[in-house]
Amino acid sequence: MEERSIGHKNPLALFFNLVGRKTVRIVADLGAILIFFAIAFVKIFQRKQIREIIQQVFYIGAKSSGIVTLVALFTGMVLGLQLFYTLIKFGSEGVLGSAIALSLVRELGPVLTAIMITARAGSAMAAEIGILRISEQIDALYTMRIDPMRFVVSPKIVASIISFPLLTAFFDLVGILGGYLTGVVLLGVNGGAYLYRVQSSLVMSDVRGGFIKALVFGAIVSTICCYQGYFCHIRNGHHGAKAVSVATTSAVVMSCVMVLIADYVVTSFIM
Amino acid sequence: MDAPLVEFRDVTKGFGDRIVLNGINLKIYENQITTIIGKSGSGKSVLLKHIIGLLKPDDGVILFQGKPVLAMKKSEWNEYRSQVSYLFQDNALFDSMSVFENIALPLRQTTNLKKKEIESRVLQRIEDLELSEAADKYPSELSGGMQKRVALARALVTNPKIVLFDEPTTGQDPIRKNVILSMIAHYRRKFGFTAVLISHDIPDVYFISDRIILLWEGKVGFEGSYDELAVLKHPLVDEFLRSLEGFRDELTGLLSKEVFRSRYASTLGARTVPSVSAALFSVEFDRLNEALGPQAAVAVVSALGDYTNRYFSGLGGFSARQSRDQILTIFPHTTAEEARKMIDEFGKKLEEEAIAGIQDLPGIKAGVNHCFEVYVRAGITEVSPGDEIKEIIDKAASRQDIVATHRCEFGGTA
Repeated sequence: MEERSIGHKNPLALFFNLVGRKTVRIVADLGAILIFFAIAFVKIFQRKQIREIIQQVFYIGAKSSGIVTLVALFTGMVLGLQLFYTLIKFGSEGVLGSAIALSLVRELGPVLTAIMITARAGSAMAAEIGILRISEQIDALYTMRIDPMRFVVSPKIVASIISFPLLTAFFDLVGILGGYLTGVVLLGVNGGAYLYRVQSSLVMSDVRGGFIKALVFGAIVSTICCYQGYFCHIRNGHHGAKAVSVATTSAVVMSCVMVLIADYVVTSFIM
Repeated sequence: MDAPLVEFRDVTKGFGDRIVLNGINLKIYENQITTIIGKSGSGKSVLLKHIIGLLKPDDGVILFQGKPVLAMKKSEWNEYRSQVSYLFQDNALFDSMSVFENIALPLRQTTNLKKKEIESRVLQRIEDLELSEAADKYPSELSGGMQKRVALARALVTNPKIVLFDEPTTGQDPIRKNVILSMIAHYRRKFGFTAVLISHDIPDVYFISDRIILLWEGKVGFEGSYDELAVLKHPLVDEFLRSLEGFRDELTGLLSKEVFRSRYASTLGARTVPSVSAALFSVEFDRLNEALGPQAAVAVVSALGDYTNRYFSGLGGFSARQSRDQILTIFPHTTAEEARKMIDEFGKKLEEEAIAGIQDLPGIKAGVNHCFEVYVRAGITEVSPGDEIKEIIDKAASRQDIVATHRCEFGGTA
């Protein structure tokens, strides 16, 4: 008791106390999310999953293609503009295709796709599962002998793992097309040179790296969003609709941060 | 009595430091409607969730047909779970699924039945519960009563042996409450399941219950039939009834005891009130219950309360039910002598206008072989500053006399 009161008065002890507690909580949360993912992953292979998975692929994948197209097109166009005016200073505008293709396939494609799907489908996952939780529909599933992890969570995770790489590839293609529009159509770079540079600079390891990142991001985003929604009812101090809104916000913020952290980790492994 | 279908033995459950169930012992019998009553937070839903396995006890045993459920093998556990359905307070229907899909969900997900067989079973339940027009609609397009029927259809589609109802009437108006309770009783007879209900709708829920279990501070305060509860003179029962009150007593329209108490305090606190009197009315609920059954007895109490409320409100008095069959009325600005005159007049009017109509109340079956008598008694006392309500009741109870009578002779009134 004495030690505790001294600790509370000492600013340094207070600081370490705070940092320590936060760290322990973050590590515990990450552990819980990992276990959550493992349980959901195992249930992917149980029966009566195909229909649910197809539905989720349609929702997470196909229905996200519009926003992905839009973001990819403008990302490619901005890259085209920025890189063109940078490269022209060195008389290297001919390598515009390489610069755009490598930036998109290695880095921007997987990361921006993940962030866009987080905003669109990830937030919806967290909110949907959160509402199922607070309206006792998760409990209702249990009472009907339907495993909520199998029925609600697993299809979303597997659909994300399928959809993320496909959408990333789509993002890369549309982004390269956007770069073509600004570089070739608007700024007069040679079209043949642009496409040749794209083709010659990209190697299989770049595509594979982007693919691995997309897989990892898909697993991370869907697991975090489902986890936040699934356990929204045990958040301290938040109940009902407020708990769902806090869970949704946390899901989006945490997913984006974890995507960027995972991007660095995966890049450092594949480089 | 037969062996219980479900039995709790010394079941204890706590959340953190709070013990919700503290060594619960109770029995649920097959083909009966068992109603669990108790204050909010007394552990009713927790108890129900233990039956279906949503919660596990910290200590004690839950037996199904004499077998501990937690010691069951996986196949036995699955078999047990397949025999229990749960109807949630807010129905817990899936908003994104149609009525048909909601009802079909447990069959599609937990059985290997063919599509045609599932469709035929679901359509049968839809027809049983008169939901044919709503089959393709979504839950949000239905009324509260219809949603409840959909939830019941979903709970019954797997042909369960036990259906657990978690506060099925909460938030409904008094008429709908009775409709839902009647529906439960009707379908229980039709499908032959065992029902366990949580309800606060006293006395409505008594009409359909075979057994009542009163939870009190984590323990079973009472377990038995409503008839046994009705004759039980125990402070626990009265205290529980008090805890259910709102602004007005739903049964009689009288003030709730809490509102009555604060009005009494402000009446005595006003210096301009020179004299205050009180009258305690009673109708011998236990005798009526014995003679006519609980439904009729409650109907008589309801009629008396309603008439008392209307009569004395116009004269400046205010009243509240103090127990199942006692109504206390306070008369500000009134001496005991004046109060006596008012009550004599009230007695005559009561006989002419209210009691004579008792035979027409729901649940009363008067006839050649079923005659009954109703005596309304009243005791009058003066109220002194500082008198507690309990003291007033005791004083008035010791001075009670018959003020109105109803006797039937061969179905008529004498």
